[in-house]
Amino acid sequence: MTDFTPTEMMTIAASRELSNDDVCFVGIGAPSAACNVARLTHAPDITLIYESGTVGTKPDVLPLSIGDGELCDTALFTVSVPEMFRYWLQGGRITTGFLGGAQIDRFANLNTTVVGPYDHPKVRLPGGGGAPEIASNCGRIFITMALSKRGFVEKLPFITSMGHGQGGNHRERLGMKTKGPTRVITDLCILEPDPETKELTVVSIHHGVTRDEIVENCGWAIKFVDTVIETPVPTETELAVLRDINARTKKAHQGTDKGKEAA
Amino acid sequence: MACILSLAEAVAENVKDGDTVAMEGFTHLIPYAAGHEVIRQGRKDLFLVRMTPDILYDQLIGVGAARGMKFSWGGNPGVGSLHRFRDAVENQWPRPLEIEEHSHAAMANAYEAGAANLPFAMLRGYIGADLPKVNPNIRQVACPFTGEVLAAVPAIRPDVTIIHAQRADRKGNVLLEGIVGVQKEAVLAAKRSIVTVEEIVDELNPPSPNSVVLPTWAVTAVVHVPGGAFPSYAHGYYPRSNAFYIAWDEIARDRETFTAWIKENVLDAKPEDFARHAAKSAKAA
Repeated sequence: MTDFTPTEMMTIAASRELSNDDVCFVGIGAPSAACNVARLTHAPDITLIYESGTVGTKPDVLPLSIGDGELCDTALFTVSVPEMFRYWLQGGRITTGFLGGAQIDRFANLNTTVVGPYDHPKVRLPGGGGAPEIASNCGRIFITMALSKRGFVEKLPFITSMGHGQGGNHRERLGMKTKGPTRVITDLCILEPDPETKELTVVSIHHGVTRDEIVENCGWAIKFVDTVIETPVPTETELAVLRDINARTKKAHQGTDKGKEAA
Repeated sequence: MACILSLAEAVAENVKDGDTVAMEGFTHLIPYAAGHEVIRQGRKDLFLVRMTPDILYDQLIGVGAARGMKFSWGGNPGVGSLHRFRDAVENQWPRPLEIEEHSHAAMANAYEAGAANLPFAMLRGYIGADLPKVNPNIRQVACPFTGEVLAAVPAIRPDVTIIHAQRADRKGNVLLEGIVGVQKEAVLAAKRSIVTVEEIVDELNPPSPNSVVLPTWAVTAVVHVPGGAFPSYAHGYYPRSNAFYIAWDEIARDRETFTAWIKENVLDAKPEDFARHAAKSAKAA
């Protein structure tokens, strides 16, 4: 077995959640890497959409921003931003939203807005961007972020986008018909909302990770399902594809690659 | 009919102290050269509108040109924070910044409402989110037919919108291609508009009958500024300088290095310098 890092395991585990049938709204960073690994391995026909309006894009290097020229050059078509959010997202055409975040709580609500009070923040984060409506309008949501006490918190200072709110049937009570977050893929384990309470619960632990590590890195008293499985380790192919795209991306973003970033 | 002007003339005639100014371009075609001219001319008390403030508004905020900002995502894409924006919000440096924060969907809808000459936009948005608790400009409206409650936000009606485009003809008709963002809506929502372009050509020759064209009679001023979107990009002309976006993190982190950068690259620079930056970027790619 080849060695792999926890971040590689996270990206590959996240990529496995996607299939050819998905029409996926892709967040930048970890979600973008996972979605493109899926496209380059087991889901060649997946439709990837970035909020800049690029639909069916097949980037050869990972974009630094959601609007790099690479995305438009390789897209089936590109629409305006109002059309993206109105017809395609609000119109209910997108099966899966793939988000990251700075902080998450036990009901998979996300914060990317502020740490501290909104009016006098200790840390001003970038804000929600597309996330509030991606979270409510996509058929289901996957979230990928590293497990840490700073990131997985007991109480969010601000809810940028709603996951399962206060748990239970909160989404339904607010009139939402979409599923919300169904999987959270971290560098140590995979979480799923409990079918009733909607509290995020560990369902799969990555190879070589202990339960204690997971408990220590989570800001709330995290629960495990009765039968926790071990996440299959990355295959040679998955690792090779991920490392290749990361290497191409690094080269391109430093401005030394030939042509790949060219518009 | 649009006038073809120099950048200094276009900004002097169309951007006033205190104006609500939208400079749009969703990662692509961001009007950097025009933004730098606004800084050089010392405009102040501006209310800035932009979905993704990006490095350009980090610069305008850092020099103290803005009294407020309406936005939906204030980061350096793929890199991290906008440090001048954060310094203004967290420490009120160099002056306090009033913020009106929305989601992308709401901003896009609000521009579209402005272009359509409607007073507000509605969307199925902000459900379960905290922004409506801190932004009094996010309200609710009930559908008169079904009773469904939807989010409502005021239309965006800038005094002036500034964008960058690939080309214009000599009459001032403008063509946009690639990731077209909200620029058409932002121009049509505004009282006045400035469009900087890579090229001015004899014949516009739009590649398709469905091309995004802003006719001369819907634009106030057109300015020839090759490279004017650098370090953003112009599809078909030069790539995004991701290396500069990464480098900006270090430049903007510190007030002194930021101020020195602005002096050298904005205050002591000219619009003509952009062609050189963009050519370098194209060569590196």
